[in-house]
Amino acid sequence: MDGVHDMGGMDGFGKVEPEPNEPAFHHRWEGRVLAMSRAIGVFRAWTIDTSRYAIELLSPSVYLASSYYERWFLRNVRLLTERGLIDADEIEAGRALRPGKSLNRGRFTLQDVESVTRRGFYGRPAQVPARFKIGDRVRTKNIHPTTHTRLPRYARGHVGVVERLHGAHVFPDSVAAGQGEDPQWLYTVRFDAQELWGAEADPKLKVSIEAFEPYLEHA
Amino acid sequence: MAKHDHDHNEGSNLSEMDLRVRALETILVEKGYIETAALDRIVELYETKIGPHIGAQVIAKAWSDPSFRQSLLADASNAVATIAQQVGRVGEHLIAIENTPQLHNMVVCTLCSCYPTDVLGLPPTWYKSFAYRSRAVKEPRAVLADFGVTLPAETEIRVWDSTAETRYLVVPMRPAGTEGWSEARLATLITRDSMIGTGLPKNPSEVA
Repeated sequence: MDGVHDMGGMDGFGKVEPEPNEPAFHHRWEGRVLAMSRAIGVFRAWTIDTSRYAIELLSPSVYLASSYYERWFLRNVRLLTERGLIDADEIEAGRALRPGKSLNRGRFTLQDVESVTRRGFYGRPAQVPARFKIGDRVRTKNIHPTTHTRLPRYARGHVGVVERLHGAHVFPDSVAAGQGEDPQWLYTVRFDAQELWGAEADPKLKVSIEAFEPYLEHA
Repeated sequence: MAKHDHDHNEGSNLSEMDLRVRALETILVEKGYIETAALDRIVELYETKIGPHIGAQVIAKAWSDPSFRQSLLADASNAVATIAQQVGRVGEHLIAIENTPQLHNMVVCTLCSCYPTDVLGLPPTWYKSFAYRSRAVKEPRAVLADFGVTLPAETEIRVWDSTAETRYLVVPMRPAGTEGWSEARLATLITRDSMIGTGLPKNPSEVA
């Protein structure tokens, strides 16, 4: 979807402000939100792509006015409620009003912690041979799906070069639309900045995206 | 205001967020979904165990051991797995990219906040900020200036937008004047930002 989350190339957000000796969390609740997100991820009630899409579905004004972990919190409440794991009246009451649903696994306990501090594995067997090879000139499609996609707006309709081939991976566009993993070849595609941003752009700059095969056509 | 993710809504909303988050945790515990101690442990791991010192050990080894450097650049997940006893286990699809005198690499996630958490810990607030996400792919030299970094005009800059589950770790250039240094000593030069590409390693004189 063409949402405010797709920020590459926008102007007006000001300087980047690094914070020396930044703590892991600025408030206690931020750590709890992160930990809850990791824990409920284990229930497999949704995937990483669904969870990103849920943040993208926040209204633009809410997205822009909320801090990072506020967005995560809103996402958690939305997905937990949608999946019937909690109910809106419980959020209202601040406590459980009925027993939990039975999960396909038990409660998330200390023994499960190690598994959630490593990133997941999204490689899958390829369904078909790769359509492109390293060095091919490709054009990203000019697509504007109204659902989740990982092809950023700034990189649509542009010609680049295939630089790396990563094997087949879970296709986020399909998963977030509830249509299964539909694994697709994943490539690193490199663009000259002038192709993306015009003749005035830095001639010594190149930018790459990780592009799933359905995003690409031969140039 | 509104430039920095974390300075929104402090003050009046702070206690409100605290209450709302506590309420959600209570509900999840009471419904039998999660154990409080497990959440405590996750927070503790990110506060004390999983951080950029892991990446620094990996880079220091790459600087010291040419064959490790080769394997790291060929397949970083596999290479880091060979030193898992030292640095812990990492996930798949980790990719190391090397800076050279001609080329400087920088990593961003314009769409959300993708970051190699298992080697660098949680991303800093600036990495998740709207300013960094919007500007890194268009004017990285200006972004580097915000970090006090100026590169020669002839240095090519390559920005990697992390739009999939691959995760990029920058291998910065080893500073001159560090010949014969142990890996542990080299690691003290390697900052988090130098492994994202918004910084350079420290000068040897800064840690002597």
